[in-house]
Amino acid sequence: MKELVNVPPNGQVELSNEEIARYSRHLIMPEVALEGQKKLKAARVLTIGAGGLGAPLAMYLAAAGVGTIGIVDFDVVDESNLQRQIIHGTSDVGRPKLESARETIEDINPNVRVETFNEALSSENALDIFRDFDVIVDGTDNFPTRYLVNDACVLTGKPNVYGSIFRFEGQASVFWAEEGPCYRCLYPEPPPPGLVPSCAEGGVLGILPGAIGVIQATETVKLILGIGEPLIGRLLLYDALGMRFREMKLRKDPKCPICGENRTIHELIDYEEFCGIPQAQAAERENEVPEITVRELKERLDRGEDIKVLDVREPHEYQVANIGAPLIPLNELPERMHELNQNDEIAVHCKTGGRSARAVKLLRDAGFTNVYNVKGGITAWSEEIDPSVPKY
Amino acid sequence: MPKVKIPTPLRQYAGGNAEVEVAGSSAGEALGNLVEKHPELRQHLYTGDGKLRSFVNIYKGDEDIRYLDGQDTPVAEEDELSIIPSIAGGR
Repeated sequence: MKELVNVPPNGQVELSNEEIARYSRHLIMPEVALEGQKKLKAARVLTIGAGGLGAPLAMYLAAAGVGTIGIVDFDVVDESNLQRQIIHGTSDVGRPKLESARETIEDINPNVRVETFNEALSSENALDIFRDFDVIVDGTDNFPTRYLVNDACVLTGKPNVYGSIFRFEGQASVFWAEEGPCYRCLYPEPPPPGLVPSCAEGGVLGILPGAIGVIQATETVKLILGIGEPLIGRLLLYDALGMRFREMKLRKDPKCPICGENRTIHELIDYEEFCGIPQAQAAERENEVPEITVRELKERLDRGEDIKVLDVREPHEYQVANIGAPLIPLNELPERMHELNQNDEIAVHCKTGGRSARAVKLLRDAGFTNVYNVKGGITAWSEEIDPSVPKY
Repeated sequence: MPKVKIPTPLRQYAGGNAEVEVAGSSAGEALGNLVEKHPELRQHLYTGDGKLRSFVNIYKGDEDIRYLDGQDTPVAEEDELSIIPSIAGGR
């Protein structure tokens, strides 16, 4: 395998006595030793995202003595992040993630240089940012960015340490086109938008990104040290509920459009377009259903108007927060429509408005004429009408 | 009967099962029987014209059936098929 990090021979990278004491458990292992620790210090690792995967990853890499950690993120810390993004604390809520991550890293190890990129990774900036790093770690949360990270890694020749999570399951691999398959060899095309739920929609066990992020950190350190067997050509699957690891073989696809013999992609493309996002938004606009804002709904209810409210979330969500509306989960709606009166005026809500829009469509197709989607769902109700309703 | 392992995102369309036993002597036959048993899975595995979706990978043991005989890949009683969908979560 290609050597990723070379320590310059002229004594530019040396360890101080403080660093020698700090890294003593590394230095006494022949597989790392002084030479390896210097490689770690000379290494430059870029993590895309300071979220669930990026948090444990950056913390362990900092502790291990990786000399430069770059982070691309433009988000601020939200309360709902704290269940898993352990690089941020309660007092960081509302602060930029980059600031909070930098502080935690510098507290763990002040010898680490943190380089922050306060922007969304895009086809315009990715190649320039990637060029200066040795290893790229993908901790993003959407398909367009995953294909962008892959393609930019292939075009710049960098290894892409991949990790992905959903609910109780995770995947990890090392995609490095010069040594094995890339992400496109595994998944030539993304799923259409909306078919695969995100963590925000589907949920994620808080500990799961810890396990996968630490696997990514392990692979990163192995690549830098040039030891062991990297996850190249292997897809590691982790099932937290069954507590099982499985491994699948990955092959380089000779017909891969970016790393195959007759590649057709020579530069970064429009990844939103590639993943069908604009097309899906256009289709959504076409299927638009009539809406009612939470303020309008509140005013009309206060005036005593006869408008029925229907909740189409799941029973376990209803337990967390509700506004007293009857509950018919979206997937039960087709069989339970008879419980509703076609002539009633009905305002349908869910958590943020996506599922209720589908419910309104179903009801209208079934002949209901006076049904509205509550814009922003119970989240908007909590924010604008009644803060005593918990936001989840 | 061969077993098909169902990943978390698709379990809600397979009656909540993590594993389903289905008859069939080839991967395609087994998957066909799987979606017969759990019709809601169909749109997640197949396109409108009946092709396996390209973001759904099917493995027999630890091998991608694309590199075996595709849907014609023979499966025996004790074989295990896995559906490996792409997931993107990370934050």
